[in-house]
Amino acid sequence: MREERSDMSEDEDGGGGSAKSRGGGGAPPPFSDQVLEIVLENVLQFLSSRRDRNAASLVCRSWYRAEAQTRRELFIGNCYAVSPRRATERFRRIRAVVLKGKPRFADFGLVPINWGAHFHPWVSAMAAAYPWLEKLCLKRMSVADGDLSLLAHSFPNFRELSLICCEGFSTAGLAVIAEKCRHLRVLDLIEDYLEDDEDEMVDWISRFPETTTCLESLGFDCVGGAVNFEALEALVTRSPALRRLRVNHHVSVEQLHRLMARAPQLTHLGTGSFGSAAAAAAAAIPQGGNNVVDLVSTFAASKSLVCLSGFRDMAPQYLPAIYPVCASLTSLNFSFAEISAEELIPVIRHCHSLQIFWVLDTVRDEGLQAVAATCKDLRELRVFPLDATEDSEGSVSDVGLIAISEGCRKLRSILYFCQQMTNVAVVTMSKNCQDLVVFRLCIMGRRRPDHVTGEPMDEGFGAIVMNCKKLRRLAVSGLLTDKAFAYIGKYGKLVRTLSVAFAGNTDLALMYVLEGCTKLQKLEIRDSPFGDSALPAGLHHYYNMRFLWMSSCKLSVRGCMEVAQRLPHLVVEVIRERDEDDDHEAVEKLYMYRSLAGPRNDAPPFVEIL
Amino acid sequence: MEGGATYVSDLGNLKATELRLGLPGTDAPEKPTPENPRGSKRALLEANEEFRGKSKSPEADPNGQEAAPMAKAQVVGWPPIRSYRKNSFQARKAEAEGAGLLVKVSMDGAPYLRKIDLKVYKGYKELGEALENLFKCFSLGELSGMEGCNGSEYAITYEDKDGDWMLVGDVPWEMFISSCKRLRIMTGSEARGMRSSP
Repeated sequence: MREERSDMSEDEDGGGGSAKSRGGGGAPPPFSDQVLEIVLENVLQFLSSRRDRNAASLVCRSWYRAEAQTRRELFIGNCYAVSPRRATERFRRIRAVVLKGKPRFADFGLVPINWGAHFHPWVSAMAAAYPWLEKLCLKRMSVADGDLSLLAHSFPNFRELSLICCEGFSTAGLAVIAEKCRHLRVLDLIEDYLEDDEDEMVDWISRFPETTTCLESLGFDCVGGAVNFEALEALVTRSPALRRLRVNHHVSVEQLHRLMARAPQLTHLGTGSFGSAAAAAAAAIPQGGNNVVDLVSTFAASKSLVCLSGFRDMAPQYLPAIYPVCASLTSLNFSFAEISAEELIPVIRHCHSLQIFWVLDTVRDEGLQAVAATCKDLRELRVFPLDATEDSEGSVSDVGLIAISEGCRKLRSILYFCQQMTNVAVVTMSKNCQDLVVFRLCIMGRRRPDHVTGEPMDEGFGAIVMNCKKLRRLAVSGLLTDKAFAYIGKYGKLVRTLSVAFAGNTDLALMYVLEGCTKLQKLEIRDSPFGDSALPAGLHHYYNMRFLWMSSCKLSVRGCMEVAQRLPHLVVEVIRERDEDDDHEAVEKLYMYRSLAGPRNDAPPFVEIL
Repeated sequence: MEGGATYVSDLGNLKATELRLGLPGTDAPEKPTPENPRGSKRALLEANEEFRGKSKSPEADPNGQEAAPMAKAQVVGWPPIRSYRKNSFQARKAEAEGAGLLVKVSMDGAPYLRKIDLKVYKGYKELGEALENLFKCFSLGELSGMEGCNGSEYAITYEDKDGDWMLVGDVPWEMFISSCKRLRIMTGSEARGMRSSP
């Protein structure tokens, strides 16, 4: 790419120069400029990485224009960082949009409902500007049924819709999409909140066209109500291109069996409940034997399956049915299945090719040891807690973490919930797993120290940033002093995302991070004793960041106001949910982000923009 | 009103000022069913006023020096698990119990309702915790009626067999679940209105 750019520069200089001399002392003839831009466009169209494109657009005006004309994919990491109008005016030929809204802590109830991130202004602008839009991916946006309807009616060539952690729409909106988007290939609903009242659910599955569809991926495991199964089966039957199907927990294992028989070409399967339809599961056991045998042969026939998920209400006797596909599985999500180590081991020991594994802590350290023994190619591990409270009995511990680090040396990403941990285990992982890019450890007990030595967890996390040279994302927990943050600031030079909760002693901790982490883009902090005097440490860097979130820290309006005044292109939001009768100065929640759009005009009453 | 007076004096003891998350009326010593439920409602309203004056958010202290009775208060959004995941397990538990007693729960200002199975809970305290969990994404904070968001109170009410809206917590638990048809978490002025009704 770089060679091309320098070649182009030479050509441009040469061409421009000669044109100028030919033209005498007047303005260069526009025609050769246009020719150059067309040539540029033909080259730039091959640039796909948005970072490369952003760099190219900075070269000169000509490149800026050419890049804008040739960009096909628009990525908006913060829907408030730019206005829809400005984005659609600069980029005229967009075919695919990724749009993200609320800050991540909204997932945990820290952002009040009606905060914002409305899809409506975006879909309205795009409806006018991008009639050829094909793909849309929204994350943490507030999407109304009306927005989905506008989408369905505005983009005749629409192909792919992914909604991740969105809310505000219902099955009525899905029905319009199904009915009107005749070229739909992908409809992926991932962890969304649908607004349905159970009495008013719409049979959206029946609204897909009656003819053969071009559906490749259909995922609705988050849709709360039961879908019309006959319609679903018929849909699967007339969708020969279907490769990914994720059903919700209302689909029983018997129904799943029928769907799989219709779609043996599936590569990704979300299995729904994986339990028997009959409420009295015990009564089903006599037939259960036959059912399992049938199910095994169905799985055996699904030679393309590489990804399994679901298992929302799994009856353990059905688990052996998946043995035939285990060896070829690259991704397995058991994180909704309450299985024990004994139930896991016979399955996991077949999974030699596994790269992604999500599981509940019910499998305990023993289960993780089995994973470590077999899954030598594991890249991503997530261990979720069954009982997500601080004082629940810990099921996995430092033992499991060490085992994983010793067995899965290629690990790149880990999310690990536990009740207690040791520095030794974390240090061990930092040395064994040098490829780690994402390290998220959640010790659920707040401020819990190393359970063996009683010391803070500083050394463990310090080792992670020191030894894992590729680390880009870090989430810390447990008892942490300022020292941990000194380590992070000193060694975490590639860290882009940092999540902090109940940690640190003084403002120094935050200052270390703001000064040291030169690539920091997303910083989210809660319940840590950081105050106003730490904020200026980041003034040189806030424009490089996507956002800073701080809640239940020690900030005041004065401190935040200073930042707002020094940095005019930073939107500084103070979110106040309750009337602090005693303290109007205290800032409960701070959310600040760079923006070309200025303060947003849709802020609800509880948001104050400084 | 007599029943009401007794209730208020009961609350004069130390237990009344214990800072907990829970519906008013939980853990109170067994008292005879008030003859007039509406009368004792007023006593509860007064009790709520008392609580509101004295209580403070349990999560307010970032230095971790929580007062002993508050030490185990659950904090909003911690551990960081998405509600989607939490609710999947709760819903499954409710469904597994069989028919159960499913009632709709609405909250003022929330765009959608939830449904819970009353049979799953042993008493008002568990119910309060569950409701808090369900509506956590609306930044509910405490659901006890003691202190709410935006400086306004919350009141958990239910519609009984007669179609009347009652404040939750007045009657014994068993009587409550047999007469409760749906729940509503009231906010703001209406909640205050409930409290000041004679």
